[in-house]
Amino acid sequence: MGIITPGFRGRRPDPAAHLPPGQYLTHDFPVLSAGPTPMIDLSSWTFTVTTEVGEAQTWSWREFLALPQEAPTVDIHCVTKWSKLGTSWRGVALDVLLGDIETTADYAMVKSYGGYTTNLPLEDLLGGKAWIVHEYDGEPLTPPHGGPARLLVPHLYFWKSAKWVRGIDLMADDQPGFWETFGYHDYGDPWREQRYAGD
Amino acid sequence: MAGTAVRGRLADRVLWRRADLIERRYETANAVTLVLDAAGWPGHLPGQHVDVRLTAEDGYSTQRSYSLAAPHRGEQVELTVQVVPDGEVSPFLARSLAIGDPIEVRGPVGGWFVWEPDADGHVMLIGGGSGVVPLMAMARARQEAGNGSPMRLVYSVRTPQDVFYAAELERRMGHDEGLEVTVAYTRLAPAGSPRPAHRLDMAILAELAWPAESRPVNFVCGPTDFVDAMATALVELGHGEQMIRTERFGPSGA
Amino acid sequence: MTDHDQLPYGLVDGNALAGPLSDLFAVDLTAASMTCATCRKRQPLAALEVYAGGPALIARCRTCKAVMLRVGRVGSDALLDLRGTVVLRIHTAELT
Repeated sequence: MGIITPGFRGRRPDPAAHLPPGQYLTHDFPVLSAGPTPMIDLSSWTFTVTTEVGEAQTWSWREFLALPQEAPTVDIHCVTKWSKLGTSWRGVALDVLLGDIETTADYAMVKSYGGYTTNLPLEDLLGGKAWIVHEYDGEPLTPPHGGPARLLVPHLYFWKSAKWVRGIDLMADDQPGFWETFGYHDYGDPWREQRYAGD
Repeated sequence: MAGTAVRGRLADRVLWRRADLIERRYETANAVTLVLDAAGWPGHLPGQHVDVRLTAEDGYSTQRSYSLAAPHRGEQVELTVQVVPDGEVSPFLARSLAIGDPIEVRGPVGGWFVWEPDADGHVMLIGGGSGVVPLMAMARARQEAGNGSPMRLVYSVRTPQDVFYAAELERRMGHDEGLEVTVAYTRLAPAGSPRPAHRLDMAILAELAWPAESRPVNFVCGPTDFVDAMATALVELGHGEQMIRTERFGPSGA
Repeated sequence: MTDHDQLPYGLVDGNALAGPLSDLFAVDLTAASMTCATCRKRQPLAALEVYAGGPALIARCRTCKAVMLRVGRVGSDALLDLRGTVVLRIHTAELT
């Protein structure tokens, strides 16, 4: 342990709020990115689900907005230790987007404009646990926060909620995405503090 | 002595070293210079920085990086900390750390954004806001080493209240042979300024920078957007990329 | 060096890699010449575009934006991924 600096407190997890282990409460919304913010034109935006045998279904922006919309309010937990409670979003449930897909795949690779990827079990996108969202706090999602649309899967660490989402590839076997190849956990449950592979 | 600091015992550069606060000086209402005593400090070159680590009683710790504000002066190390509102570390360092209390520093860090005090040749220093800190180390080092190389400092700030080292820069302008200092105000210029408040752009830089034919080494430091704009302007003014050294501090504060 | 009191925040440059890389290397690498695996442009490590990706620092080629290097801590380990860099060339001559 380092030399103690008297009087230094730093940030602390708020014991009053029910937060996952190691997290602290924030009232901002930090922007953390691994690369430049892509500028995506809505007229060319698409979202594509591709099965493990290569069958693809694609939605344009207009088609996407015409799907049934939901307005989830959720808590989000970032692996860098900040948590934000009661965030409100608007978008389309993955249950709707994946509803007609025929697949035997167990895993999904989520892909973003700009090249970011993240993997998770297909089951964790279903059953009302995930959405493709395009509004935050009543306003269109801004590019620094992932706009035009991002994945929202709040029961996992927020790096799984890929910004600038452009599609999902279904996979028979789990493959690591951008952070997972760097040693971050393939699943990422904040309540079991699964930050790193092997946790 | 030149070059010794970078060459020194490699092990000295990676360990965390205790540094005790011996003096605090207010540069502006929101920026403070901390003078620290770091026993065993291996020395450093102007432009380098340190990592600072603070540990709380329960073992929680966090780190930040700060440029060294002064040249190598034995075991004494100076940092100038800009207070970021609601920051975790900067308000504590600026206002709460008590004289005699320890922090930990690691370094010196960084071997590219450095100016050796025995180097020849024209030097251009362009600093935006707190980007002036490592450049001040260079200007101070030049005078302390008795180096006559022509040096120009252009320091971009919003208002007169934001100028770090104001009195010292004033004194050096009149005193340090071969050093020219221009403060470029972007929001509010003092009465009698040669130039009205204006963002430092290529046209103004063209007047203030050394011409490319002088083959100066250019050091640009400050917020990312500022550094990108200045580096691009220098290239457009004919300076080679290899003569431009940059250090970006991240997005501008509020 | 950090204007913003978060560690490090937003878009900086390769100077910000010096501290984290000192967990792995005793030699300073900021002056090292890096060749991008994607576009083959050579640039000093200090000049790379560096994103505070949250868990780690992501260094990208200034020209083509491909990821060249990732460095960070994963638990109690320091980790370096250099797969976007073909050649890292460290100057051993003295700085003049």
